Amino acid sequence: MFDYEQYLRKSKMPLIWCAGCGDGIVMKAMLRAIHKLQIAKDDICMVSGIGCSSRLPGYLDFNTLHTTHGRAITFATGIKMVKPELHVIVITGDGDATAIGGNHFIHAARRNIDLTVILFNNHIYGMTGGQVSPTTPFTKHASTAPYGNIENPFDISGLAAAAGASFVARATAYNAIQLEKLIQKAIEKKGFSVVEAMTPCPTTYGRRNREGTGVDMLLYQKDNSVPVAKANKMDAEELQGKIVTGVLVDREKAECRQEYQNLLDHFSKEGEVDS
Amino acid sequence: MATSRTRILSGNEACAEGALAAGVRFFGGYPITPSSEIAEELSRKLPRHGGIFIQMEDEIASIGSVIGASIAGSKAMTATSGPGFSLMQENIGYACMAEIPCVIVNVMRGGPSTGLPTMPSQGDVMQARWGTHGDHPIIALAPFSVRETFDLTIRAFNLTEAFRIPVVLLLDEIIGHVNEKLTFPDPEEIRVVERKSGRKINGQDYLPYRVTESGVPPMVSFGEGARYHITGLAHDETGFPTNDPEKIDQLLRRLNSKLDAHRDEIVEVEYSNMDDAEIGLVAYGSTARSARYAVRSAREKGIAAGLIRPRTLWPFADREIGAYADQVKAWIVPEMNLGQIATQVECASRFSRPVHRINRVDGNPINPVDILKKIEDLV
Amino acid sequence: MKTTSKVKKPRIEINKEWCKGCAICVEFCPQSVLEMRDGIVHVRDLDACTACQLCEIRCPDFAIHVIDEDK
Repeated sequence: MFDYEQYLRKSKMPLIWCAGCGDGIVMKAMLRAIHKLQIAKDDICMVSGIGCSSRLPGYLDFNTLHTTHGRAITFATGIKMVKPELHVIVITGDGDATAIGGNHFIHAARRNIDLTVILFNNHIYGMTGGQVSPTTPFTKHASTAPYGNIENPFDISGLAAAAGASFVARATAYNAIQLEKLIQKAIEKKGFSVVEAMTPCPTTYGRRNREGTGVDMLLYQKDNSVPVAKANKMDAEELQGKIVTGVLVDREKAECRQEYQNLLDHFSKEGEVDS
Repeated sequence: MATSRTRILSGNEACAEGALAAGVRFFGGYPITPSSEIAEELSRKLPRHGGIFIQMEDEIASIGSVIGASIAGSKAMTATSGPGFSLMQENIGYACMAEIPCVIVNVMRGGPSTGLPTMPSQGDVMQARWGTHGDHPIIALAPFSVRETFDLTIRAFNLTEAFRIPVVLLLDEIIGHVNEKLTFPDPEEIRVVERKSGRKINGQDYLPYRVTESGVPPMVSFGEGARYHITGLAHDETGFPTNDPEKIDQLLRRLNSKLDAHRDEIVEVEYSNMDDAEIGLVAYGSTARSARYAVRSAREKGIAAGLIRPRTLWPFADREIGAYADQVKAWIVPEMNLGQIATQVECASRFSRPVHRINRVDGNPINPVDILKKIEDLV
Repeated sequence: MKTTSKVKKPRIEINKEWCKGCAICVEFCPQSVLEMRDGIVHVRDLDACTACQLCEIRCPDFAIHVIDEDK
């Protein structure tokens, strides 16, 4: 039995999200992960950008920061550099993190700063009414792709991996248990960690693309998820339309704040201030 | 290790020294001419002072990291030039709205766009005032020498921490790169303001945007136990977003009036020869050096010229200039733009006397001789 | 696995203020314990509940809690 309410700012409930939106499922998986890790609420700083998922921190009893569109990672970087003892968790969406904030996303991965990014990928700009996003699949419809998307989407996990993240994982809202475990690992990992949480937007994406309700979209996730071990044995054609889930990257590399600490320690030992 | 108390420094180096004297503990920036020496200095010195230096991927990220660092409790700054300053504007608005202390140094170069990267300008005066959208207050300071750059950098930190408002330090390329003698004041002579309330506050009683008598709510850093919410959305005293028109109105009016009671301490002006001046000059930054020379030359020729030099550009020294509205017969405003402050002088002097402009936007400083000639023409 | 029979039935608490009627809990309950009525989830057959909590884990609105006294 898990008491979610110990983490909620109950006066802010109910959640702003639509019926059938998967964001709340991801949010709960994250709370279970945080609870398992026994991190004190004072030690968590949750930073978000703009969009549906970015409204999440406001509901939670942590140090919460709702920033500008695409910039959550930059604010989070400042916080982490100053207070490395805080667990800094970034809540962002596909548009927030990989369109307007794409540069920050890849550079934080390159820098390998110890942030945990929970990226809610719903393939659309939900809050502004369903405009095409960097992850809207080819040919799918959006309010600004009324004839179908003519552009190719990002593979967000692939992007994070290529940019140098220490830890990259993907899971669906449908498989909330797996999501919880991956988020737990991501928080534990020292380095830039990304969990791409696939979450349905029935209101602005499902309806327009005849994918049904939140239930229907979760069922689609159930039927089309492929564990990474199995996916590695499949060819590109077989993987068409599939969601590859599990830990995609888990590697050790120099973490930026720790490297800076080494520098600080060096100079504090040297005891020489002026130069 | 003992350091020489007097050194030859550039304005940019003096800015870095002033920041350290004020207690800066975070610099996030992106290279841009003619400001880069500030970042270079601090990249070398901050780790030795227990502070953080980070070069971000662009200016948007720079100001974001600065605001984050400030929320985490550090005195934080960035330095840039026009194009980078433009990129920072949205988050400068965030700092205004969420009341996060931060110092933004803009070493002005010619614009618009890429403009004149290595040449001086004063073209960002209005951008400093109105670069971000929506009604908001701002403080901008404009030093005219290396020593004053040191002093005003410290003052910029003091003002941002005292009033929880972004402070823009407007250097220009000349001030940034000119080398002058700087005699460092004794550390005990330097007045350093710390943020009101860094104390741990128990439980959830902390109201981050409480309406206080001073208009400036105390600020608790993240990680100190208060667990509150910060947003760029219109918010109430609790910090959470609100759509209540009354609360929105209360917030915006408080934000826009919180400097009012302190206006006279914020606005600093230097007067030279104004007591009997019939020709009043208003000049700031490096242009004030030429203006001061011109006034001195005019006086030698028996012409009653005087200079008002605002060290604070925003809020504008309108009352200080207005006090001479009837005394002077004409105003001259030399500036390296096409009249951004001249218009302010017209308003401040209530259009009672003509305001003559001397403008250069060709990347060259305004020559004292040109100012003197204008003074002589007006006699 | 314990072989002792359950002493107490699980309890299911529904927060009707927070439930948005998405029916995700109904769909993913393996025992058909839940049903939708008037746009809100209701308990249809508590006896069938095994306290697996799959409804709770997938409820996006924090609106359903399964309380299993045995656990």
